[in-house]
Amino acid sequence: MTRIQVDAVSIHFGGVKALQDVSLEVRKGEVLALIGPNGAGKTTLFNVISAIYQPTSGRVRLEGQDVAGLAPFQLAHKGLTRTFQNLQIFFRMTALENVMVGRNIRERGNLFGYLFGLPSVRRQNADSRLCALELLKFVGLDRYADRPAGELSYGILKRLEIARALALEPTVLLLDEPVAGCNATETAEIDQVIRKVVSTGVSILLVEHDIHLVMNLADKVHVLDRGVTLATGTPQEVRRNPAVIEAYLGESQDEQEPANAES
Amino acid sequence: MTTFFQLVVSGITVGSIYALVAIGFTLVYRASGIFNFAQGEYVMLGGMITGILMTTCGVGFVPASLVAILVTVAIGAISYLLAIRPARSAAQVHLLIITIGISVLLRGLTSALLGKDFVRIPTFVSPETFNIGGVVIQSQALLVIAGAMAMASLLWLFLTRSFVGKGITAVSANLMAAKLVGINPAAIVALCFGISACIGAVGGLVATPITMTSYDAGTMLAIKGFSAAMLGGISSAAGPLVGGLLIGLFEAFGAGYVSSTYKDAFALLILLGVLAFRPQGLFGNRSTQRV
Amino acid sequence: MLTKALQNPFVSTLAVALIVVALPLVVGSNFHIRLATMVYIFSIVVLGLNLLMGYAGQVSLGHAGFFILGAYSVALGPSQLGLNPWLSMAGGVALTSALAFVIGRPLLRLSGYHLAMATLAFGAIVYVFITNEVDLTGGPDGMQVQRANLSVLGLSHLMSWYWLAGGFLVLSMLILSNLLSSPAGRALRALHDSEVAAGVLGIDVARAKLMAFVISAALAALAGANLALLDGHITPAAGGILRSVELLTMAVVGGLGSLVGSVAGAAFLVLLPQFLTEFHDYEHAILGFLLVVIMVMLPLGIVPSLNAVMRRWLP
Repeated sequence: MTRIQVDAVSIHFGGVKALQDVSLEVRKGEVLALIGPNGAGKTTLFNVISAIYQPTSGRVRLEGQDVAGLAPFQLAHKGLTRTFQNLQIFFRMTALENVMVGRNIRERGNLFGYLFGLPSVRRQNADSRLCALELLKFVGLDRYADRPAGELSYGILKRLEIARALALEPTVLLLDEPVAGCNATETAEIDQVIRKVVSTGVSILLVEHDIHLVMNLADKVHVLDRGVTLATGTPQEVRRNPAVIEAYLGESQDEQEPANAES
Repeated sequence: MTTFFQLVVSGITVGSIYALVAIGFTLVYRASGIFNFAQGEYVMLGGMITGILMTTCGVGFVPASLVAILVTVAIGAISYLLAIRPARSAAQVHLLIITIGISVLLRGLTSALLGKDFVRIPTFVSPETFNIGGVVIQSQALLVIAGAMAMASLLWLFLTRSFVGKGITAVSANLMAAKLVGINPAAIVALCFGISACIGAVGGLVATPITMTSYDAGTMLAIKGFSAAMLGGISSAAGPLVGGLLIGLFEAFGAGYVSSTYKDAFALLILLGVLAFRPQGLFGNRSTQRV
Repeated sequence: MLTKALQNPFVSTLAVALIVVALPLVVGSNFHIRLATMVYIFSIVVLGLNLLMGYAGQVSLGHAGFFILGAYSVALGPSQLGLNPWLSMAGGVALTSALAFVIGRPLLRLSGYHLAMATLAFGAIVYVFITNEVDLTGGPDGMQVQRANLSVLGLSHLMSWYWLAGGFLVLSMLILSNLLSSPAGRALRALHDSEVAAGVLGIDVARAKLMAFVISAALAALAGANLALLDGHITPAAGGILRSVELLTMAVVGGLGSLVGSVAGAAFLVLLPQFLTEFHDYEHAILGFLLVVIMVMLPLGIVPSLNAVMRRWLP
């Protein structure tokens, strides 16, 4: 069952063609990794899929339904959410409150109940708190629950963003560089978290520079270069693809992306 | 038809003053990203100080106006250095509140020190009027229009031709690069505040013979100057000038043909309309957003 | 534990309620009771402004417009429509909220300076309208407000309004405390830090901002109606541009994002002129000076700065 279908998407900024004719498909419980050098258009594609940008042409379908014209918050109600490469944390709220915000679309209530603090709202607050605590435990951050997010370190916030996104109970999750800036232990923990999430049937789109993580996790790899699709297939196929080897992985088949990948 | 042209003349005259406020706004905004709510107070100070010196101290027009300009310029630059610069990394809203504070402080000080009465400057060109086919034009009005055009052209020449002017352009284009090539941004921005205060003060002293002024005239001028800047567009050179003249014309026609009691409301309605429908202004272009 | 309790909005509400109840036992003079009533009335509007600015992160320089609409509704309701003053107050709050709902959508699409100037323009238009519709509002001289109080309960006019304003204040704080600890409150605080993240989490950012705007307008109108009924007379000057600036100063000086800060800010600015009577001519100059100094030295405002100090020294 196809969750996300991207169909010949192009987007232009002024004269710059940031994406040209990109198509991809993610099924239920599948992990698709987007790789490519800096400036290849990976985050731009994420912004199109999550409706932060409207594509110049082409369409995005979520569960078979065209999402053109919908706002990001409407996509969230349809089960799609994401994390950000440059963290978008609610810095003035505690870690727990950050995750509780992720419960927002699962919470039911009206303004009258909120203003007068009806018992149903209190019960629901308690439920959200419990659920958020569980998620913090799931990503290994429960001991930071009551700390203001502004005081926490980068690697911790990366996991906090994942926990917050999971609070929606999404069907499609877009992770933009989830392990960037994390050490080996943290990376292994995030790897485990992603595996557990996928096993529950969530579809994941992943932008990541850590090739190790990509090759281990991904069912499919989609290689972008300067806005166009260079190759697509299983990790093994992509690894053997001559165009990819030449343009992206380099002759040495280095495990890290070469710094001068674009040259 | 005579009424029409009479309204055009008075619209362009007040519009010139709004244009000067708008030009001061955009100069500071482009150099520093700061929105200076006190811009209207400079016009008020130019008129008030000159007027008080002339009427109560018997000083001649030239020395009085020089003192007024110097004092206003000093206030502009010092208020930046003492109050705005120390908070320059604060949020936009904080900086706006600081400039509102400066504006309230200036009008409070003016009312306490120079009084709450209307102040008039005796017309300093010959009081004769021209009568062209029934349309009466005061020579002072011509001076206001000419003065505004002259200030606008001088500023444009300064920004595009002089070494310091190019420094201002550099700071507004790229702060970090400007620092690297040895431009002192604090001095440049202080200079911009000084220049915008000077433009305001000159506007105040040429306009006061016609419009009179009082301690509380600055706020409305600031709002109308901002409306002019928004209408014309903050990103273009001619925008504030054209915007000022248009606001002046709308106001004159509104007062002449619709309702004179609602004169002040026209500029406000234009401001709301522009912000709602065309926030980049008539001449500005919407920059393509890229994250 | 202590510092945490002090930052709890429900604890602040209880503290303010205790002050409202205890104050008449301590101060007896009408003059002081009247000052306290003024503090309560301004606290109500500043609380709303704080919800909008401190929690939702949206500026308004036009809340004097909502304030004055509330005030004139209790003046006009009885005189023009023959309504009872209490009904006029409720109607004024409802109509002002409806107006905020209508203008809020286009206004709140703006942000930063643009939003500040657009709300300023709105406030100024209300002021110009009330000043110029002389037949309806009496113009700059203002108009009388039909007396309404709780004399049936044996209370004097002043004490009636002391208890009413104090009651409205405690009720407003309680309602806002509830709201802030609800999903809607978390959504507001979230969008203040990152609108894009709030969006991808399913929060309708425009709707959340509009809700804060409408609630803050309703509280402003309620406060305006209270002031008009307390004074028995209202002029447009109660809602000019300078009043908007004054309200903003109260919110910022007390501390954005702190409910008790709003009360502190209102108290500070209402009481300050009492200590400066010999500098009466300099009142506005001092207001402006304080605004600048506090913004530069204590950008967080009084209450949050005190909280930070206490966090360092108390357990």
